[in-house]
Parts: sequence; C-alpha cells; structure tokens
Amino acid sequence: MSLVERGAKISAAIVGADTSDGAPVRRARLAALEGRIAGWILPALLVALWEFLSRIGFIAPNVLPAPSAIASAGWQALKSGDLVHHMAVSTLRALSGLVVGGIVGLVFGIANGLSDLSRRYTDTTLQMVRNVPHLALIPLVILWFGIEEEAKLFLVALGVFFPIYINTLHGVRTVDPQLIEMGRVYGMSPFTLFRRVILPGALPSIFVGLRFALGIMWLTLIVAETIAASSGLGYMAMQAREFLLVDIVVLAILIYALLGKLADVLTGVLEHLCLKWHPAFQKPRS
Amino acid sequence: MTLAAAPSSFVPASAATHGLGVAFERLGRQFGDKRVLERVDLAIPAGQFVAVIGKSGCGKSTLLRLIAGLDRPTAGRILFEGPHDGEAIRIMFQEPRLLPWERVLANVEVGLPALVTGEARHQRARAMLAEVGLADRAGEWPAVLSGGQKQRVALARALASGPRLLALDEPLGALDALTRIEMQGLVERIWLDQRFTAILVTHDVSEALALADRVILIDEGHVALDLDVPLPRPRRRGSAELAELEGRILARLFGG
Repeated sequence: MSLVERGAKISAAIVGADTSDGAPVRRARLAALEGRIAGWILPALLVALWEFLSRIGFIAPNVLPAPSAIASAGWQALKSGDLVHHMAVSTLRALSGLVVGGIVGLVFGIANGLSDLSRRYTDTTLQMVRNVPHLALIPLVILWFGIEEEAKLFLVALGVFFPIYINTLHGVRTVDPQLIEMGRVYGMSPFTLFRRVILPGALPSIFVGLRFALGIMWLTLIVAETIAASSGLGYMAMQAREFLLVDIVVLAILIYALLGKLADVLTGVLEHLCLKWHPAFQKPRS
Repeated sequence: MTLAAAPSSFVPASAATHGLGVAFERLGRQFGDKRVLERVDLAIPAGQFVAVIGKSGCGKSTLLRLIAGLDRPTAGRILFEGPHDGEAIRIMFQEPRLLPWERVLANVEVGLPALVTGEARHQRARAMLAEVGLADRAGEWPAVLSGGQKQRVALARALASGPRLLALDEPLGALDALTRIEMQGLVERIWLDQRFTAILVTHDVSEALALADRVILIDEGHVALDLDVPLPRPRRRGSAELAELEGRILARLFGG
C-alpha cells in the first residue's frame, strides 16, 4: 500500500516536474523540429509563390504549369506505371555505372597510391583522358554501342571514375606516415596494414570522391538519356517535349532534384556509419 | 665486448629479468654527408633501464630507430643477446600513434602477437589497459582521450606482447609537467614489475635521472658521458644526490 502511495507520489512529482519544465522542453522540441525542416522552408515557399503566380495568370500554363498541375500529371503517370518504370530504368543505369566506374576508380586509386611503379606508368595516361570531357564522347559512343544500355553504362562509368580515382589516390597518399610506420613496427602484414591503417585513413577522402561522383552520375545519365535512349527519365522528358507536355518535362526535372538529394542523404548515412570514429562526425559530448 | 655482462651493482642480483641485452659495435649512421652517429661502442645488459640524453639533433633518436629496426646502420653493427622474435622489441613513439578509427581496446590489441586470437586477445588487452589505469575507457574512440591518456594507451599497446626490450622515444615529451611526472611513475612501476630492458631517449635530464639506472649522454654522434645512477627507488625528486648528478650532466652538456 505504502509502495503504491509512494509510486503515486513519485508520478505526481514527475508530472509536476513536467508541467513546470514544460516550456523549455517544448522549446527544445521546437528547436529540433526547426533543425530538421529548415532546409525545406525555402523550397516550399518558392513552390507556394509559383502556384500563386500561376493561379493569378502571371505565368502561362504552356510556359510553366502550376505545381498542382504538375502534381496531378505526376499522379497520372504514377498510376499508369510509366513513371515508376522510367525511374527504375534510370536508377538501375545510374547505379550500375556508379558501381563499375567506382570500382575501377577505387582499384586504380589504391594501386597508384600504394605503388610508385603503377603510378609512373598509368597516372599520365589517366590525367590525359581526364581532361577530355566525357560527354564529348557521346557521338563516338553512339557509333560503338548504338542506344543500347552499354552506351549509358560506359558514359556513367567513365564520368564517375575520375572523381573516385583522384580522391582515392589522394586519400591513400596522405595517410599519416607515422601510423604506417607504427603498423610496420608492430608487425602488421601488408594486407593487415592496408585493411587496418591505409584504407580507413583514406576513407574520408574516398567519400568526398563519392559525393562528386554522384553529381556527375546524374548529369551524365540525363544527358545520355536525353540524346539517345528508348526509356528512362531523360527519354520521358524528351518525349513529353515532342508532345508539348510541359508538365511532364517539369516533373522530370523535379524528380532529378529529388533523386540528387536522395543520393546525397544516402551518402551522408554511409559516412556516419563508416566514419563514426572521426571527430567531425561525433556528437558533441554534453 | 662481453654481452652477458654482469648486472651492475645497483640492480639487485636476485631480480629476475627476461630482458634482452643489446650492444653496439663501432655503430655509425650517415645521412648523405652528415654523420649522425659515429663509432658508438656501448653494451646495455639485460633488464637495465638506460636513459639516452642529448641536445636535439645529436643522434639519440637515430640510435633508437636503429635498435627498433626502423633504420639500418651505415657502419658497425648491433648485436642482440641471443635470438629474439618480432614481438621482443617494442617502440613507443613521441606521439601516441593510435589508430583513430579503432576503439581503445582494439588499439591495444595491435600490440598482441597474431597467434593470440578470440576472447584471449580481448582479455589480454583489457588486462594491459587495467595496468595503465584505463580499464574503463576500453570502448572509447581515441579522439575523446586526453594527451596523457592516449600515451597510456600507447604504453599498454607497447607492453601487450610482453616485450624484452622497450625503446621509448621521448614518449612523455609532449605532456604537461604534472601528467609527465605521473607517467614517469607508471613507467617505473611497470618496469620494476616486468624487468624488460628499457632504453629511454629524452631531452629532460631530470626525467632521465628519475628513471634510469644509467644515463648516456650523446654529443655530436659520440658517447660523451656514461654515468651510473646508483640511487635507490623510488627516487625523491629534488634530492641532493640527484641535483649533484644533474649538475654534472648539464656541465658536460654546456660546459664543454
């Protein structure tokens, strides 16, 4: 009985504490919410302004349809399954190009970072190829591969290769030499040294490369799909242009923006998982 | 030169040592035209605590790097007393050199022989952390530790394999004065317990005298002074004997 009474007293005390501290708690929650949505306030305001200007007739619908019109067009495309199909095709292309180009870039970056011999023989070539804008190869790529999947894969892989290669090379070459010396003195085998010292040390730089690569990945894919494709978001936008469906064109552009943001968020999550040790990624201790 | 030299009189004859003795025979190291070490003849018996001091650039760190196998002599040779494996010699650097992407416990495990695996590996590393007084920080990232704590983790890592010779390259040089005194006590306690051969490079004469059985002064690549410190431990800081020895060393360093 007394226990129950005490429990009741304690819970009353807690409730009391809650009401007296209510304002600061609410303020803290509000601050957390504000932090989460802050980045979206400006886009939302712009969309609202755009809708308003369309409604009053300031923007003609055949120049730029209202956001609501685009949303309903998007809904139609989503219901028919076209949008999902094109998005899936584009995403698959983008990711397979990223994987192929990323792995090749990673391998060359690591090899040239570790071995002077390898760097002497390949770096000059790679730097020369890098200075050719890879989109300039589109005519050649169409001649080689037509408008098949290989063409897109080749261009995306080529585009993402260089940022990943250069940043991996830089990361491997700037790993703290004192740590490498420590690893050697403590008897690490070359493989252990690579796995426990060199790769984790190069990882922050590799992530910088990945972020650059994601931007180039979308850019390349969209250009390639716009010029030569029979499916995908770029193709969808081009086809819509031919039928003067401005709402679908704008929809495609908005989807690019969202996909870019999504890729960035995913990289951020990956960074937090892999770089937990890094002071820049640690939560400040209270 | 006899390697199995009898322990000096101030080391109790009964003290069991598994330390590794080392001797230098006309040892020299040259970088280009610059002779950093020249004709160094020295024998360090097993289990002795030797401090090597000298002005910066005198070649004392080079001597340590030669012992640890990080560098090769250009003249003469280094002789170890009997065979030894890779884990017998450990070096502790001036910087902690912890892997920032591994937790404190995993960093200590770097020092363990590869043969120790699984749970035994964690246990031995935990025991070493307890030895340096950081048992409760095993799960932390190195970045959150203070300078003195990082250097203690580095000490635990160096001692994890039970080395027979520990080379210390100014490991306390970057610490503040109070932390340094605390660390000196820790190093001395562990050395008294394990009796490995310790070679401490330092530019701090009082630190050398607080810890070492023998102080070797290196000047312009030569051994300029080889001084026994026959004082009982633990040594009282600021005692008259220490002050007298310190005066002699400083006089030799700056008096010419």
